[in-house]
Amino acid sequence: MDKATLLDWYRQMVLVRRFEQRSAELYQLGKIGGFLHLYIGQEAVAVGSIGARRKQDHVITAYRDHAHALVVGTDPGALMAELLGKETGISKGRGGSMHMADVAHNYWGGYGIVGGHVPLGTGIALAEQYNGTDAVVLCYMGDGSTNIGYFHESLNLAGVWDLPVIYIVENNQYGMGTAVDRASAVPDISTKALAYGMEPKKVDGMNVIEVYEATRDAIAAIHDGKGPQFLDVITYRYEGHSMGDPLRYRTKEEVAKWREDDPIGVLERYILEKKIAGKETLEDIDQEVEKVIEQAVDFAEKSPFPALDTLFDNIYVEA
Amino acid sequence: MALITMRQAITDALREEMRRDETVFIMGEEVGVWGGSYAVTRGFYDEFGAKRVRDTPISEMAIGGVAVGAAMNGLRPVAEFMTINFAFLALDQLVNHAAKVHYMFGGQIKCPAVFRAPGGSGRQLGATHSHTPDVIFAHFPGLKVVSPGTPYDAKGLLKSAIRTEDPVLFIEHQALYQVRGEVPEGDYVVPIGKSDVKREGDDVTIVAYAQGLQVALEAAKQLAEEGIEAEVVDLRSLRPLDMGPVLDSFRKTFRAVVVEEGWRSYGIGAEVAARLQEEGFDFMDAPVKRVAQLETPLPYSRELEQAALINKDRVVAAVKEIV
Repeated sequence: MDKATLLDWYRQMVLVRRFEQRSAELYQLGKIGGFLHLYIGQEAVAVGSIGARRKQDHVITAYRDHAHALVVGTDPGALMAELLGKETGISKGRGGSMHMADVAHNYWGGYGIVGGHVPLGTGIALAEQYNGTDAVVLCYMGDGSTNIGYFHESLNLAGVWDLPVIYIVENNQYGMGTAVDRASAVPDISTKALAYGMEPKKVDGMNVIEVYEATRDAIAAIHDGKGPQFLDVITYRYEGHSMGDPLRYRTKEEVAKWREDDPIGVLERYILEKKIAGKETLEDIDQEVEKVIEQAVDFAEKSPFPALDTLFDNIYVEA
Repeated sequence: MALITMRQAITDALREEMRRDETVFIMGEEVGVWGGSYAVTRGFYDEFGAKRVRDTPISEMAIGGVAVGAAMNGLRPVAEFMTINFAFLALDQLVNHAAKVHYMFGGQIKCPAVFRAPGGSGRQLGATHSHTPDVIFAHFPGLKVVSPGTPYDAKGLLKSAIRTEDPVLFIEHQALYQVRGEVPEGDYVVPIGKSDVKREGDDVTIVAYAQGLQVALEAAKQLAEEGIEAEVVDLRSLRPLDMGPVLDSFRKTFRAVVVEEGWRSYGIGAEVAARLQEEGFDFMDAPVKRVAQLETPLPYSRELEQAALINKDRVVAAVKEIV
């Protein structure tokens, strides 16, 4: 990997983490309502996989969706404004934390119903195949969604129709508070791919370079005519499922153990040990991100709430 | 004008739209090689090929969601649920995704998908296969719900449904496939969200749609022989619901009966009656009557089944109670 790419990945992971930390603070202050699901710990998954996509490739995910937006290039101000329910938000304050989309960047959004977006991603892929393009879809989901009917029906149909879609399971070990082996008859989620004619690939989700390579290879496999792809990306969320999670289902020791493999730390060590860049360069990036976050919060705070007379806007295209 | 069946009218609308617009395609169970379980798409597989007439596995959650996703990304899917009873499995896609993506993402995403679903009762198919659950789907802002009662409306409404940028559930009553009516040659559309007066009269307003329209028209014919002239208003669209022609008629007749094949509780009749008292209270000379399916799972045995369903005699009796 070249230096510029590695430093950019570092910047993106720090951006995601700081964005999430600031969101948590604003939530505690009561400025963000509803549910808030943080991505802290999983940064290498969105950054590495979206790092492998081409511009024409699509991204869709579930409700833990801030990171994917930041990484595809959505303005952090528009995302923070969405969290604060402002008219300048990426979804004009109508979506909130769970429903952010940025179609100009081929990001089709976060979705709040577990698994409900998996057939949507599959349908987006169908449209690309129908039009004869080489674009693919990165369809993200949590480990919990591999137990719902949507998952099985979608993977089966993608297999039957040979659709250009990569199903990326962000396997963070828990569906809310239920561990994978308490929810899935096969604790190795990758084996579910076998039922739909896909290879059961597992990826270290704490290592951004490995995630990148696996995604790059999956895109190439689709172009080689190998059909839809499946990646079981092993990762971990440091925070609760959402804000207010009492975290009774896991130990502090377990969290501490995963933090040893922190995705930002792993990349930082790699950059320093390989002498790709020095500590100062990384600190400069940290400072630069800090400014971006402060500007985003400032923009969001100063933005207006939606006018009440816009309540009925966009129910239909043709009313 | 040709006299054709509603089945033919739907087939013609689909074929003409597919010839007109390459982005229109069909997906569903047995729509291709089989030709459609109600023979609506017979011959389509040969004419348009496997790319545009797509047989799916038995996977309603995927049929619903894949259609939504394809529509979001620029295609115009016509997804068929073999019957509306199976659309319950895709309810989340219809009401939580198709109906909401435009609003929820601030207008960035459009979902011009059509979901066709044969529905209705009266063919001894038993409780799980005999539903007129149209109100469930019509409850949600963002989804358009239409259900034609004549071949003319079926063709024109289906063309509108395919051309609109919004998601539409197009409900076809199974018992109407064989009903014949005048349909002009060539292209025309019937706008979604417009009720229509199907028969004029001054004594009572009968509000109906789909199979209920045919029952209402039979009842009106019998009432006319007895000297009562009923005006029959066809809703055609359940959302958006156009109360204009209903209120215009009510201000003339001061009396109304609402006919629907679904259950009475929380039904179309309840909605129409509530709106009549809200918007037409000064013109109300009698209680608004509702003729609907009796509140039981629909039994198989023929006479029992028919006893639970709406018919001409029940409509006539309801009218006579208030005229």
